[in-house]
Amino acid sequence: MSAGAGLNIVAFPRRLAKRFQVDFWTIGTLLLALFIAAPLLSVSYLALQPSGDIWHHLLTTVLSRYVITTIGLMLGVGIGTLLIGAGTAWLVTLCRFPGRRIFEWALLLPLAMPAYVVAYVYTDVFEYAGPVQTLLRAIFGWESSRDYWFPEIRSLGGAIFVMTVTLYPYVYLLARVAFVQQSVCILEVSRTLGKTAWQSFFSIALPSARPSLIIGVSLVLMEALNDFGTVDFFAVETLTAGIFDVWLNMNNLSGAAQLAVVALCFVLLLLWAERKSRSNQRYFNTSTKFQALPSYQLRGIKMLCAVSFCLLPIGFGFIVPSCILGYYAWGFYEESISRDFYSILSNSLVLSTLSATLSVVAGIYLAYAVRLKDNKLLKSTARFASIGYAVPGAVLAVGVLIPMGKMDVFIQGFLNNTFGISSGLFFSGTITAVSYGYLARFLALSYGTMEASLMRITPNMDGAARTLGLGPARTLKRIHIPMIRGGILAAAILVFVDTMKELPMTIILRPFNFETLATQVHQLATDELLEESALGSLSIVAAGLLPVVYLSRTIRDARPGAGK
Amino acid sequence: MFAALNRAKCTRMYVGISMFVILAILALGKTTANAEEVVNLYSYRQPFLIKPILKAFTEKTGIKTNIVFAKKGMLEKIKATPGAADAVLTVDIGRLHDMDKAGLLQPVQSKVLEQNIPSSYRHPKGHWFGLTLRGRVIYASKKRVKPGAITRYEDLADPKWKGRICTRSGKHVYNVSLFASIVAHSGEAKAKKWLMALKSNLARKPSGNDRAQAKAIHAGECDLALANTYYMAKMATNKKKKVQREWAKAVYIVFPNQKDRGAHVNISGAAVAKHAKNRKNAVRLIEYLSGEYAQKLYAEQNYEYPLKKGVKTHPLVYSWGKFKADTINLAKVANKRAIASKLVDKVDYNNFSPSN
Repeated sequence: MSAGAGLNIVAFPRRLAKRFQVDFWTIGTLLLALFIAAPLLSVSYLALQPSGDIWHHLLTTVLSRYVITTIGLMLGVGIGTLLIGAGTAWLVTLCRFPGRRIFEWALLLPLAMPAYVVAYVYTDVFEYAGPVQTLLRAIFGWESSRDYWFPEIRSLGGAIFVMTVTLYPYVYLLARVAFVQQSVCILEVSRTLGKTAWQSFFSIALPSARPSLIIGVSLVLMEALNDFGTVDFFAVETLTAGIFDVWLNMNNLSGAAQLAVVALCFVLLLLWAERKSRSNQRYFNTSTKFQALPSYQLRGIKMLCAVSFCLLPIGFGFIVPSCILGYYAWGFYEESISRDFYSILSNSLVLSTLSATLSVVAGIYLAYAVRLKDNKLLKSTARFASIGYAVPGAVLAVGVLIPMGKMDVFIQGFLNNTFGISSGLFFSGTITAVSYGYLARFLALSYGTMEASLMRITPNMDGAARTLGLGPARTLKRIHIPMIRGGILAAAILVFVDTMKELPMTIILRPFNFETLATQVHQLATDELLEESALGSLSIVAAGLLPVVYLSRTIRDARPGAGK
Repeated sequence: MFAALNRAKCTRMYVGISMFVILAILALGKTTANAEEVVNLYSYRQPFLIKPILKAFTEKTGIKTNIVFAKKGMLEKIKATPGAADAVLTVDIGRLHDMDKAGLLQPVQSKVLEQNIPSSYRHPKGHWFGLTLRGRVIYASKKRVKPGAITRYEDLADPKWKGRICTRSGKHVYNVSLFASIVAHSGEAKAKKWLMALKSNLARKPSGNDRAQAKAIHAGECDLALANTYYMAKMATNKKKKVQREWAKAVYIVFPNQKDRGAHVNISGAAVAKHAKNRKNAVRLIEYLSGEYAQKLYAEQNYEYPLKKGVKTHPLVYSWGKFKADTINLAKVANKRAIASKLVDKVDYNNFSPSN
């Protein structure tokens, strides 16, 4: 591909000379990618072990349903989040209507809501014994479920609903970064050539934002695929539900790993198909004209539509669940406030900051090296390393345990034999293991975002910088990083907030006596103490809020030339 | 240019190094706590119950307890980091059995344990020990189910209950264990027929948790449900949540199969890990858990049936009356879990929809 087309020509002779030479970027990328992919590789290794007759059983019974349900879920959530994410991003970036400034950041709020908590809340409200149906029965005099029809919340539809309203911010965030950074020129040209605002949106803005949208949607799809909490609670049988069933109920880890690999192939196939269909279309911002974005003033019915289109996802994904949680937290304040609350909160914040920093640094490094080297092997290694996001967290955690355990045993033996020190477990006994796990899991968020941001920078920039005598590292620092500042912040916040909410890996990989907000909420929520867990859930949300609001402000300012 | 590149590289390296140092400090801070007497625990049990007991243990013996709570991946963690954990606490025979089969547990001979725990609830060679019992019973609607209308698990297959039964997911560990006990007693073929008939009697798609089944009976959605004994007590004694007391009021407990093999029970249990570094302390802890004080706490706080003779059950649990528990060796039931889980797939239990 042509990621470094401009660069190639400029640096051609030197490149040829260095072709097979060992250098900082190539070796670094390979090592880093392998390091991050190690858990994924151990899962694949587990999948190579014999698994008995499990496939015969699955094929003759539930596998087809797992696959169909999974496809249904991914389709539903994918389309839903794309429509809401891209639509709202376009409205708040390029249209003017009341509340726009608030929507800009408020649309990100559901990001802070753990999907499984939202699932608990909506089940409480919409199930047969919940207030909504009870009220309906009282009004219409129905006596049992046989007398009327009401959509079942514990269903595929319910899962799609919950995931769509909690996950659309991924698409919104990436779409908004793309729209904010786009050049006005092409939009102006399209309008002067007689296109309407809508036509410009579909024929110009949307295709040029496509890489970002696709990355946003694929993050959402991976998240939908790896989710266990929500589908388990709703009794929706996806591949992930099957993975846990085979692993825990049938005590067949290798069978589970094989299913996980099948699920991975799903994702790889999707990504491949998308790349094929996009083939060689590429869009760069070639103009340096970054004047203020035009904005279309909406009035009357159009304005009302825009407002409600932005309000609905925020309402369902944030306002309603947090009000209900707030109501519960109010009633159960004594039970839920724990003496260790502050140490738990600080554990969460430390882990999230660490995880965000590591992921972003690794993400920039890999994405830039891939751009720099234009090498198929590097590209596929980096992509493979960032696909751990599609694997259910608990399975990936087992993948982390294996290499970490090996290293621990090695280090322990080494220290003992050489120095006679009997040490603790250096990796698995500390937060190192869990931070490593987060890196393996969340690299997709940062790498994907970095890749999408870099893609929008024309290779001519690299070429110019290099001709003027800057080395690759300086070019990255002076040219690329300032230009993708918005993307970097977006990636950092995504990882930060996701780490706050992360559950399965934290539970398995944490050291002794270590709690985070998410594990605390989980303990109470699984014991059906939704009310007692409300305060914890709200603190996760609150801790996620500040960065989210800050993020939104920086995106607005991230437009080159803005505010200066 | 070269110098410039180096400078950028150095900044990056400094960032990397300083992060590693931070990590290392954090790491060492955690590992140096090894000097005193400790016991390291992996627990499937929730902290609210186990923490007060552990505190009392530390006060009495001076042995500090370190603990991680987890449900999935515990077995793999023990396997990957030998020596990290000394003892394991679980709430189901299934996990203990899996760990034993994976060779991760070690035999323990202890007079105290042998005295406190009846032999059918511990491993013959002391690989694991039951601590408390919980029954998986039938909750019946006080309004719509006459006492004596249902007496056995097998009766759940009777067509007269069509559209009147609720359960949580057939794949939940508690249900899988119950189904496995049916496989162990009646064989796979009969168990499959029974499960299929049970499915056709369901009122709704299997979902929710045990309390949600009582809630559904209270709301009139169904008349019978499968659930664990202690949830009934937890709902009935819930001070803050009045609605849960109402759910409990709407149902009564039926201990099934009292005239034959007895009601299906499961254990919460403990075991010593094979590579335990603090084996002595681990054994001491398990002995403590089987003792008077801890057993009383289990009974009072979580409404389970203590295994140590002479320890009283909670008055509310006592009021349900004595019941006959199935005495089949639990390892035998655990062995049938994979078959039971596959049966759930074969009859497509979780895919029930009321229209068909």
